[in-house]
Amino acid sequence: MSELHKRTLTELAAGLRARKFSSVEVVRAFLGRIESRQGTLNAFVSVTSEQALAEAAGADRALASGGGGALTGVPIAHKDLFCTRGVRTSCGSRMLDNFVSPYDATVVARLKAAGAISLGKTNMDEFAMGSSNENSYYGPVRNPWNVQLVPGGSSGGSAAAVAARLVPGATGTDTGGSIRQPAALCGITGIKPTYGRVSRFGMVAFASSLDQGGVLTVSAADAALMLREMAGFDPNDSTSVEAPVPDYVAALDAPLAGLKVGLLKEFFDKGLEAGNERRIREALQVFEKLGAQLREVSLPNLPLSVPTYYVVAPAEASSNLARFDGVRYGYRCKEPRDLLDLYQRSRGEGFGAEVKRRIMTGTYVLSAGYYDAYYLRAQKVRQLITDDFRRAFAEVDVLMGPMTPTAAFAIGAKTDDPIAMYLNDIYTIGANLAGVPAMSVPCGFVAGLPVGLQIVGPHFGEARLLNVAHRYQLETDWHTRVPQGYA
Amino acid sequence: MSAWETVIGLEIHAQLATRSKIFSGSATAYGAPPNAQANLVDLGYPGVLPVLNAEAVRMAVKLGLAINARIARSSVFARKNYFYPDLPKGYQISQYELPIVAEGAVDIVLDDGALKRIGITRAHLEEDAGKSLHEGLPGVTGIDLNRAGTPLVEIVSEPHLRSAKEAVAYMKKVHTLVRYLEICDGNMQEGSFRCDANVSVRRAGAQKLGTRAEIKNLNSFRFVERAINYEVSRQIDILESGGQVVQETRLYDPDKGETRPMRSKEEANDYRYFPDPDLLPLVLSDAFIEEVRTTLPELPDQKAARFASGYGLSPYDAGVLTASRELAAYYEEVVRELEGEPKLAANWVMGELAAALNRENLEVGSGRLPAARLAGLLERIADQTISGKIAKEVFEAMWSGGRSADEVIDAQGLRQITDSSAIERVIDEVMGKNPAQLADYRAGKDKLFGFFVGQVMKATGGKANPAQLNELLKKKLGG
Repeated sequence: MSELHKRTLTELAAGLRARKFSSVEVVRAFLGRIESRQGTLNAFVSVTSEQALAEAAGADRALASGGGGALTGVPIAHKDLFCTRGVRTSCGSRMLDNFVSPYDATVVARLKAAGAISLGKTNMDEFAMGSSNENSYYGPVRNPWNVQLVPGGSSGGSAAAVAARLVPGATGTDTGGSIRQPAALCGITGIKPTYGRVSRFGMVAFASSLDQGGVLTVSAADAALMLREMAGFDPNDSTSVEAPVPDYVAALDAPLAGLKVGLLKEFFDKGLEAGNERRIREALQVFEKLGAQLREVSLPNLPLSVPTYYVVAPAEASSNLARFDGVRYGYRCKEPRDLLDLYQRSRGEGFGAEVKRRIMTGTYVLSAGYYDAYYLRAQKVRQLITDDFRRAFAEVDVLMGPMTPTAAFAIGAKTDDPIAMYLNDIYTIGANLAGVPAMSVPCGFVAGLPVGLQIVGPHFGEARLLNVAHRYQLETDWHTRVPQGYA
Repeated sequence: MSAWETVIGLEIHAQLATRSKIFSGSATAYGAPPNAQANLVDLGYPGVLPVLNAEAVRMAVKLGLAINARIARSSVFARKNYFYPDLPKGYQISQYELPIVAEGAVDIVLDDGALKRIGITRAHLEEDAGKSLHEGLPGVTGIDLNRAGTPLVEIVSEPHLRSAKEAVAYMKKVHTLVRYLEICDGNMQEGSFRCDANVSVRRAGAQKLGTRAEIKNLNSFRFVERAINYEVSRQIDILESGGQVVQETRLYDPDKGETRPMRSKEEANDYRYFPDPDLLPLVLSDAFIEEVRTTLPELPDQKAARFASGYGLSPYDAGVLTASRELAAYYEEVVRELEGEPKLAANWVMGELAAALNRENLEVGSGRLPAARLAGLLERIADQTISGKIAKEVFEAMWSGGRSADEVIDAQGLRQITDSSAIERVIDEVMGKNPAQLADYRAGKDKLFGFFVGQVMKATGGKANPAQLNELLKKKLGG
């Protein structure tokens, strides 16, 4: 059974239900791969082998008696900012290196209830702040397509783990592109649902009005299956939306004839590398072949996304991260002299440079005298961007464009230039500001590195997005490509 | 006439009497062991989120309706950011730009009996902080987060108050109101009802407000009065000696009877308020507000007006008797049982009963002397079974012995003698025993009338009806 890792999450779920193989076998196979590749990729912060094997044995018993849910016995991994009871939840930070969560996030609990088995917690940029996974207390994650390169971020550990087939699917969070950008750079499928579709309860907050949990998988079909189990209203999250969750899996096969696709004019700009643009244009031709009608759509305020985001997100983060004060849990400095010293050194020593930079930015933009000029203004621009999307979706069913301006870049290439790093999020942030769902789908390679196509839908349009991506994946095999050495 | 005018505004914090906290399911009961009532939300754990308690909203709306305020159809929770160990999240969830209640007022009664309207700028919902503990913890500070997340409504008055007395009258009025509405237990010792006072003085007739000091955390009416009086004379002293009042936060020390600056580095505090992205705007429908309106009880002012007109009480008495819902209910029950005599009932409830309760530090609702029992006593006064003077003795016996008025009267033989022939018989006896005094009286020594009254009263154990006795005695002595 050495080939189990080659199966997709959907195939594994079906095979387990048909009892072609056992959960213990599947979990062992993936744990073995994690063990042998962790040293190279650094995709995990914690691996919970014992717990996973015990749960696998339980899953096999359930399956043997004809029980179990949609994902019973299927291994997954969680980004290390989803709280997992009894397991360290570090957020990639020294601040929470010693933090063992006493409770499960709603996402974790729902996937558990569906029968999924967590193999561990994936590495990430500290508190989800970063686009390269270099901002982790546990060291950078490496891109399995080329270990000298970044996997993207902040869900870089989840992306690298799925790309390397260390796990068939993983959770991620996307505040400004943190699922889609690493999915693109690692050649896998990733979806950020509508804001409010997936509960944020138990997801350590970065920027509350933007954070949204989602999944990284090999295929759109896998994403549909996993997301269906995760999504839905949660009374513990006041911003989650009380609307039924459609059966994303059942909606996958709908034909695309007559689909109205808007090309995001503002994304085909001079920052987009020629090779990447070619791959995107080729993907669009596939959609035309499938019967879609393409037209250019302009969202004039979209270029303001990056400055808007870098006001709103740090502002919320500066407040969200105030609870990490060394008093109740997490890192506490040694022998504090007094209260102020306890705060200053615990936070000074516990947080990394990028987190501090954003806390300072956020504190500044919320300060008396600056609030109107920055925060309030950013909120107004955010509304304009949201209106742009609304207008666009009155005309087209989905929007398409590039996911990233370039393919994966070298580790260390942008660490000294935060602005260059921030600009890497230029195509991703709009969807977060507007709260609309968006996904990244592999659409080819440039110089051996994967390129992602971005598909954006209207609020609660996940079923359509996944359907569009799935039909494309029936025509192409980019998503099935595995990095050399990981087949 | 003073050369200075005092200007005061109060920020009253009333803990809402919900069973659970404003954003979590933890209990709010007072007095639990430290942190026994703090769950992960209250502790500010990573990943937890607030969920608004609908009961707290309902209570705030009740208050807003009772003070004739505007109820916001959409209000917004904001984060007030600052670091403190008793503030687990590093921010307090409050309401800032868009509070749930705005532009209300209450009336207070001044010394001369005139009404004064005190404007209420706003009332907003917020969560309370925890407490730092020092007692019995040498060298360290303990944190008790039981109180963290307890719902508060902060009621901010306009600077309409002109003396410590007015401030106390206003605070008492609001205290009465929240207890009528059953949205706050009003327990000041436990901190359920407390206030910050903003105090400034200015030259009489000046338009511009003086620089104010804020006195924090006053938790008794007496402290409010003393703290403000102290602060006013402190500020006047400074200004009269050519100095300037510093805008600052001060604490009142009840032992020393003075205010002093709070030891803190908060002069540059910038709370960086912004809307809490974890909570959607609180949207209230007209239907909800109207539904809450139907749950309003008769309010203190309405009740006092009804007492004054319906029972013929003075505005002062009506005010005293409606100061609490329990007292008013007690009074009305006495009147109902008595089937009339509202003034007699008022005198006894405000007099003997209030004094007895006060003496033993009891609440009117304690059940020590049920209203029906007191009515039973007053009935015996009304039907002249006993005199008012005897009634006081009976009251004391009822108070300590738990018996009804009739039981006391019968057991102690206190029934008043109203039978003329019985009184005449005693008079005859007394006259027979004192022939010399009788002769002197009849010879013109009128003063001896009192002597005969005393003798008859002595012989009847004080039970002879005084008016009847007077009349009969006059007739008999006159021969």
